Amino acid sequence: MNVIQSFPYIYPELILVAGGLLLVLLDLFISNKRLLGYGAIAVLLLSLLPMNPYTHGAEIFNGMLIIDRFSCFFKIFTVLVMSLIILISQDYKSLMEKYRGEYYSLLVFLAFGMMLMASAANLLMLQLSIELVSLTSYLLVAFNKKDARSSEAALKYYLVGVIASSIMLYGMTYLYGLTGSLSFHDIFSYFRDGTADSVVILVFMLMIMAGLGFKIAMVPFHWWVPDAYEGAPTPITAFLSVGSKAVGFAVLYRTFMMVFPAFYSDWSSLLGVLAIVTMTLGNIVAVSQHNLKRLLAYSSIAHAGYILVGVAIGYTNWAQEAILTYLLTYYLMNLGAFIILIIVSNTLNSDELEDYSGLAQRAPGLAACFALFLLSLTGVPPLAGFFGKYYIFAAAIEAGNSNPFSYWMAVAIAINSVIAAYYYFRVIRQMYLVEPEDMGVIRQPLTLKLALGLMVFFTVTLSLYLSPVAEFIRQTSSMLTWY
Amino acid sequence: MTELFNTALTPWEWTQLISFYGIAALMIVAALMVVTLRNIFHSALGLAAVALGAAAIYLMLDAEFLAFVQILVYVGAVVTLIAFMVMLTQRASHGKLVRQSNDQKTISFIVVLSLFALLIWKIPTTVWNTTVSTGNLADAKTLGTAFLKEYIMPFEVISIVLLVALIGAIVLARREPK
Repeated sequence: MNVIQSFPYIYPELILVAGGLLLVLLDLFISNKRLLGYGAIAVLLLSLLPMNPYTHGAEIFNGMLIIDRFSCFFKIFTVLVMSLIILISQDYKSLMEKYRGEYYSLLVFLAFGMMLMASAANLLMLQLSIELVSLTSYLLVAFNKKDARSSEAALKYYLVGVIASSIMLYGMTYLYGLTGSLSFHDIFSYFRDGTADSVVILVFMLMIMAGLGFKIAMVPFHWWVPDAYEGAPTPITAFLSVGSKAVGFAVLYRTFMMVFPAFYSDWSSLLGVLAIVTMTLGNIVAVSQHNLKRLLAYSSIAHAGYILVGVAIGYTNWAQEAILTYLLTYYLMNLGAFIILIIVSNTLNSDELEDYSGLAQRAPGLAACFALFLLSLTGVPPLAGFFGKYYIFAAAIEAGNSNPFSYWMAVAIAINSVIAAYYYFRVIRQMYLVEPEDMGVIRQPLTLKLALGLMVFFTVTLSLYLSPVAEFIRQTSSMLTWY
Repeated sequence: MTELFNTALTPWEWTQLISFYGIAALMIVAALMVVTLRNIFHSALGLAAVALGAAAIYLMLDAEFLAFVQILVYVGAVVTLIAFMVMLTQRASHGKLVRQSNDQKTISFIVVLSLFALLIWKIPTTVWNTTVSTGNLADAKTLGTAFLKEYIMPFEVISIVLLVALIGAIVLARREPK
C-alpha cells in the first residue's frame, strides 16, 4: 500500500506523536505538572478510538508495517500499560518535580515506539522502533538524577543494550546481504525457496535472537535486569518488567514466525531449552534476594521463561492465545505489586524486605493487596495469574511432539511454580508473621489507591468474565504466516 | 582467489581491485585501533579513519553523493562531537585511564573466536545476493525520492528518536543547584 493510502491505518500512532509534541510545548506554560500527566493519559486513551481489533491484515508504507489483529492487541496493551504507568508516577515522590513534563512526554513517545515495534514488518523498521524504545528507556531509568544508583543502572542497561543491539544489526546486515531485502516477506520467500546454507542462516538468526532476547530478559541476556530494575525509578521498573517485555515478545514472536518458518525445528528447540533455563535461573536466584525490587526483577526473568514456552511452541492457536493471556494477567498482577512498592517506598524510602515486617498491622489493606498479587504471581486459582499459567501449561501439553521439549517445558513450569511459591510466601510471611519495628502511618495517595483498586479488582474477578476475555483474545490472535 | 588470477583483468579493473583491498585493509586496521587503543581520543581518530574508508568505498561504487554525505555527517559531525565530548569530560576523569578487566574474558574470547572462525569458513562459500546496478542508484535525486516514498516511515521515526534523545540529554546533562 502506498503512502497516502497508508495514513488511515496509523491514526493511533499519529495521535500519540501529536500529543507528545503538544505536551512538550505545553510544558513551557503549565506549572502544574500533574495536569500534564492527565493530559498524557488522555492522549493515550484517545489513541484507542481509531483502533479496530478485528481488522483484516494490511501491509502499509510499502510493507514497512503490518496492521493486523496481533499488532492491534499489543497497541491496546501499550495504552493500558502506559496510562497506568503515568497514573502511578503522579504521586511517586522520588521524581524531580521540574522534569515531570519531560517525563510524561517521553512516556508518550515510548508508547509510540512500542506500537511501531508491535507492527514492524521490515528489519529497518524493527531496528528503529526497538532503538526508539530502548533509548527512551535508558533515559527514563536515569531520570532519578539525585540518586547515583539510578545513573549506574542506566549506564549498565545502556552498555548491555548497545552491545545486544549491535549484534542484532550485524546479523541483519548479513541477512540483507544474503537475501537482498530488508522486508520480512522477501526474506521469508528467499528461505522458502531454500537455496542458502542453513548453518550460516542459523548463526544470523542467533544474532537477531540476542538483540530480541535482551529486550525480554531471556537468559543469557538477562545480566542487566537486577541492577537496572533496582536503580530505576519504580514506575519505570514496572514499565520495564511489563511494557518493554510485552512488546519484546511481540517482536520476537512475529519475527520468528514470519521470517524463519523454514527453520522452525531449530529455533523452537533452542527457545524451548532457553525457556526452561530462563525460568529456572530466575526463580532460583530470586530465592536469595532481600530487596523487593531485585526479587521482582528475578521473578520477572522467570515469568519471561514461562511466556517463552509459548513462543517456542509457535504455530498453534493455543500457543498464541497463551502468550497473550499470560501477558494480560502478568500486567495486572505485576503492576499491582509495583504499585505497593511505590506506596511503601514513598513513606519508608526503602524496598528492603525487612522493612516490610508487620505491614499487615501497619496497613492491613495494603498488605492484603500485596499478598493477593503475590498469590496471583504464584498461580493460585481463581486469581488472574492462574489462568495465564494454565494456558501456557495447556499449550505445552497440547503441542505434543511438535516441539521435542514440550513435555519437558510442562514439567519445568510445574517445578518452577513450587520454587516461586517459596519466595513469594516468604514476603507474605514477613508481612503477616513478623512484628513491625515501628508503627508509622503509611501515606496512601488517591491516584495510587485508584490504580491499586483497578489492579486488585481485575486480578480477583478475571475468572468471572474469563470467557469474553478469552473470546476476545481468540478473535485478536491471527496466525502470523504469509499463507 | 585462484579464479581471480586466471581471468584477464584490464588495467582499470586491477586498479579498482588493488584500491579496494588497500582501503579495506586500512579500515580494518583503523577499526582495530578504535577498540584496542587506551586513549579514547585516539579511538575517535580511528573512527574517523573508518568513516573515511567507507566514503572511499562509496566513491568506488559510483555513489559520490553518499560519499560526501558520509564525510560530512560522520567525519564532520559525529567524530567531531565525540572529540569535543572527550575534551569536555577529560577534567572529570583527571586524565586517568582505568584498565578494563572482565571476569568472563576467556568465555567471551572463545565465543567470539568461534563465531569469527565460522564466518571465515562459511562466508566464501555462501552465495550472496549480488546484483549489477544499472544507472545511478545513489544520486541525490534517487535518494531523496526513496526517503519520501519507500522509506518515509523510518525517515520520520528517526526524527522522533532524535527528539527523544535531545529531550533526555538536556534533562540528564543539566546542572542542578546544590
